[in-house]
Amino acid sequence: MAVSQKTIEEMTRNLQLPKNILDTLHKELEETKVTKKQLEEIIKRVVEGYEYACIEACEAAGVVSAQSIGEPGTQMTMRTFHYAGVAEINVTLGLPRLIEIVDARKNPSTPMMTVYLTEDYAKDRDMARKLAWNIEATHISHLGSLSTDITEMLVTIELNEKVITQRNITPEEVAEKLEDELGSTVEIDGNVLMVHPENESYRELLQLSKNVENVTLKGISDIKRVVIRKEDTIDEYVLYTEGSSLKHIDDLDGVDMTRSTTNNINEIYEVFGIEAARNSIIKEATDTLREQGLSVDVRHIMLVADIMTVDGEVKAIGRHGISGEKASVLARAAFEVTVNHLLDAGMRGDIDELRGVTENVIVGQPIQLGTGHVKLMAAKRT
Amino acid sequence: MFKTVPKRIKEIRFGLISPKEYRKMSVTRVITADTYDDDGFPIEMGLMDPRMGVIDPGLRCKTCGGRAGECPGHFGHVELIAPVVHVGFAKLIRKVLRGTCRECSALLLDSNQKKKYLEQIRTMRKIGQPIEDITNEVFKEARKPKTCMYCGAKQLDIKVEKPSTYVEKMGDHDHKLMASDIRVRLEKISNEDIEVIGMDPNNARPEWVILTVLPVPPVTMRPSITLESGQRSEDDLTHKLVDIIRINQRFQENREAGAPQLIIEDLWELLQYHVTTFMDNAVSGVPPARHRSGRPLKTLSQRLKGKEGRFRGSLSGKRVNFSARTVISPDPNLSISEVGVPLSIAMEMTIPVNVTTRNIEQVREYIRRGPENHPGANYMERSDRRRIKVTEINCEELAETVELGWKIDRQLKNGDIVLFNRQPSLHRMSIMAHEVKVMPHKTFRLNPAVCPPYNADFDGDEMNMHVLQTEEARAEAMMLIHVQENILSPRFGGPIIGGIHDHISGMYLLTRGDSRLSKSEILDMLSKTRLEELSEPAGEVDGKPYWTGKQAVSHILPSGLNMAYKAGICEDCDTCKEENCELDAYVLIKDGQLLSGTIEEKAVGAFKGLIVDKIIKDYGSARGLQFINDATMLGIKGVMHYGFSFGINDEDIPNEASIQISELLGEAEDRVMNLILAYNEGNLEPLPGRTVDETLELKIMQELGKARDTTGDIAGKYLGLENAAVVMAKSGARGSMLNLTQMAGCVGQQAVRGERIRRGYAGRTLSNFHTGDLGASAHGFVKNSYKSGLSPTEYFFHAIGGREGLVDTAVRTSQSGYLQRRLVNALQDLEVQYDGTVKDTRGMVVQFKYGEDGIDPMKSEFSKPQAIKWIIESVTSKEVE
Repeated sequence: MAVSQKTIEEMTRNLQLPKNILDTLHKELEETKVTKKQLEEIIKRVVEGYEYACIEACEAAGVVSAQSIGEPGTQMTMRTFHYAGVAEINVTLGLPRLIEIVDARKNPSTPMMTVYLTEDYAKDRDMARKLAWNIEATHISHLGSLSTDITEMLVTIELNEKVITQRNITPEEVAEKLEDELGSTVEIDGNVLMVHPENESYRELLQLSKNVENVTLKGISDIKRVVIRKEDTIDEYVLYTEGSSLKHIDDLDGVDMTRSTTNNINEIYEVFGIEAARNSIIKEATDTLREQGLSVDVRHIMLVADIMTVDGEVKAIGRHGISGEKASVLARAAFEVTVNHLLDAGMRGDIDELRGVTENVIVGQPIQLGTGHVKLMAAKRT
Repeated sequence: MFKTVPKRIKEIRFGLISPKEYRKMSVTRVITADTYDDDGFPIEMGLMDPRMGVIDPGLRCKTCGGRAGECPGHFGHVELIAPVVHVGFAKLIRKVLRGTCRECSALLLDSNQKKKYLEQIRTMRKIGQPIEDITNEVFKEARKPKTCMYCGAKQLDIKVEKPSTYVEKMGDHDHKLMASDIRVRLEKISNEDIEVIGMDPNNARPEWVILTVLPVPPVTMRPSITLESGQRSEDDLTHKLVDIIRINQRFQENREAGAPQLIIEDLWELLQYHVTTFMDNAVSGVPPARHRSGRPLKTLSQRLKGKEGRFRGSLSGKRVNFSARTVISPDPNLSISEVGVPLSIAMEMTIPVNVTTRNIEQVREYIRRGPENHPGANYMERSDRRRIKVTEINCEELAETVELGWKIDRQLKNGDIVLFNRQPSLHRMSIMAHEVKVMPHKTFRLNPAVCPPYNADFDGDEMNMHVLQTEEARAEAMMLIHVQENILSPRFGGPIIGGIHDHISGMYLLTRGDSRLSKSEILDMLSKTRLEELSEPAGEVDGKPYWTGKQAVSHILPSGLNMAYKAGICEDCDTCKEENCELDAYVLIKDGQLLSGTIEEKAVGAFKGLIVDKIIKDYGSARGLQFINDATMLGIKGVMHYGFSFGINDEDIPNEASIQISELLGEAEDRVMNLILAYNEGNLEPLPGRTVDETLELKIMQELGKARDTTGDIAGKYLGLENAAVVMAKSGARGSMLNLTQMAGCVGQQAVRGERIRRGYAGRTLSNFHTGDLGASAHGFVKNSYKSGLSPTEYFFHAIGGREGLVDTAVRTSQSGYLQRRLVNALQDLEVQYDGTVKDTRGMVVQFKYGEDGIDPMKSEFSKPQAIKWIIESVTSKEVE
């Protein structure tokens, strides 16, 4: 006599179990027929098992997590560049990347975006291609050749017909953009553009030709390259970019911002907010460790991500972030820049309440963690 | 000896010391720069005045009467003739001078602003956040007004000449602010304003950063040492103080004599220099004060700073007693929870024992044995706290005198619990508690199965041992730090202790196929394990019973164990034949009987060890420890039974194989040449997003990589499955197929930064190649195997690749060490609370439930779906029966 889904629902409703365990329990119970007695036994054992598996109070979870992430660091490679995921784009990996993540760098060494597309773009290669041209920064060097004419005192640009049609840009648009950026007049003659320097001097001519090269004609200036790939698992075209600028792809047609992402944590924080930044830290750190073949429990990485983001902004692990903002003078002094912390403390008349680990080690009394946190009290006789 | 007072320090207040307080705490004014007189006695009111403490044995402190070692030392003071700036606060002085009125010293903000900032500062202080941002804003705002809003005085620009000279711009000429002028201005700042700039008017008034009295640190913190020649060598601090006092005196003489202003100013600056370097001898812009030998002096700041400084070197980490260190060596016959301690160390290290009615006879016996007779005693402490050394001569007598309430220091003996550690201590398993086993010879012995958590090997590694001194410490060590409590790593929730090397080879040889063992053989196998009853034989041959190797393993498994998994040798066939696998890769354990499958790394190895994992989770850590002990013993017996060796002729491959390999490499080279040809002719199609050059490099690398792997396959095929290297690689005991490929097949491409070797001469790597040669051999492809030997150029390229690896390791250790330090420092105060939240010591909640589900990563197996599935399965199957 198997119990119905409803009874299962009722019996498990008030269990104090995390959601993922309840979900698997439901899923498994759907597949197997159990009697009421069996169900009771199962629930009893699941709860028992959960209670056994729970972390104990007073556990120094922070240190354990820090060690669990730091220790595999010694086994990681320094090999910086390698191709991860996409064949054509270089990504920093290994220890340097892990350091970059915990440092919460504003500018990671190899920023990269994964841009997912909305339905109409995702299935159509040409549409995807078109969007890619709108994202990738286009410079004169992509479109044609540039030469300086000293006798006429002008910079001539010969645009490549094939390329400009492919990139969907007209000579007029190029001329307009150049005029906007440089402030000098541009003459158009078919596919040839001529730019005059303001003053007729050799030096200015050279400067001008350099400036012309630097103008971003189309696309987002931070993005050097866009690679289109068909992801077979989801049967969609996905864009991978070298360089990252989430802010700017937001208003482009065809970009699915709900799925698009970047490996620059600070950018995620600015665009999507702190919770997304936390998830991004977890994801990036897990990926880095997994790529090196090191298994580290997510809970450790979560704790690191959480301490980096508790105050609502992404803070680095180290002197300029969390360690520099500790309440205890002694803890800060023992970490880095010892003397300055002591002088400032003296100046401000700070009070160290000796609650942390380092402070108590320094003054030589038991630390308030683990077995050191347990106190005995005499029960009042009644 | 002081009795320890069971009190906690509640808090430490920081502040500045006022000149008044300096004088109050001083025991003497120091007026002369001399230290000792001709007879070698310290001069009164000199730098070594005996009232400031004693360092010479035998003398007594004139202030507290304590002997050297007892007297903590007492401060003296020097009255500075003119005030000087404290360098550490130079920045603060600059900010305050710029933010206050030069006439009335009011903070140049209107009262509303002041009120607002004051409120902000108070709230930040209350919640324990840094107030730096606010005070910086205060200073920024206060710098803006050009005239004082209170007295109307015009404000002047103040320029700073590093590190501590302040110059006021008065129209066309500059006026230097002397320290005394600055002090006058700072003195006038009101208490309210002081609070707004983030200082504390009671504990830290701004004028106190201008020194008028210099404290002279006690003699005890700057002891002089007597050299063999009888000459006294003074501490760096004393040298610096001598300089300060000399200049101070000269200053005074000159001023009294009415010397010209210029000379006075020079001396003032000199005094400032000496006081500056006394505080910090590494201020930028100030030449460091040097010793006669040219070495920069170590002054106050230098004593605190850095890794060997007071904070990190002496307060956070300390040298300890009751510890030992020596080389380690392996002993597979020890339990993994034991450590072999050399007798000489055991006789030196002691454990205190209180004498009670229950143990007095035992204690007498220890004393009677004396210090030279191993489990003896080294010291005895009477109830009046007098310590008596136990010697060969007095031990008999002392044994008779022992009374209740005394204490003895008993030597270390078998079964004592000690902490064992190997640096670098990267995770908590780097320190574990072991049981002592006293052994002859001079090294610590440990079971090779505990090498992985320590990351130890026996190429000369040394380890430390710490003997616990209190009952609480021993109890805690047993419950928390003992080896068996640390078999599972909290990093990934799997076992970090398990079989390595020969343990795995042995288990593999024993369990693969259906190896047969006679009665005497299986009894020998299991002789080191806790065998209770031999199972029924698997069959009979010629009237003699035989057992299988799998049965041997079944004996060490706990009864009731049920498991099924695919072993590491599984080749992922499309449909798993389970028990009928030809490779014997499907491990099936039912009720503690190994029915099919080969036991290898995935079953018992460190880091993987599925069986170990399961036993600990179902039967507890003690059973897990016993299983590892049994499995490693059985593994070694197995490897000894079948015999296992590996030599250079194990890499011999038949002639036809070498011919095949060289043909294959020749073909690969041809393909590379074709690629180069296509490249030179411009026919090479670039890969998307790559240049032609990059494409060529990529394709060549690919081609050569493929060729090397194929040679490995050929070599592996000819070596066969019985080859020792193949057995080790397959079972996961040591090495991989790649190592084998390199030994027998082809070493392959040498790379620097993931690319072929390109550096060297212009256009070529070595002078025997043509310029522009892009071929395989010209860019570091090693065709030969380690066995066949490398050609000179190949050898050179190999060395290049090898060097990169070495540099990599050297850089990595320092980088990851710093990463670890930062991580630990940032996270160390986090603790799981009784309500399951994670808070730091300020009480800030970092996580509402640890890891979102409250599960300990060490027991994280439970969070995986299989755990639930397994529970349901076991319940439903039980009811059916």
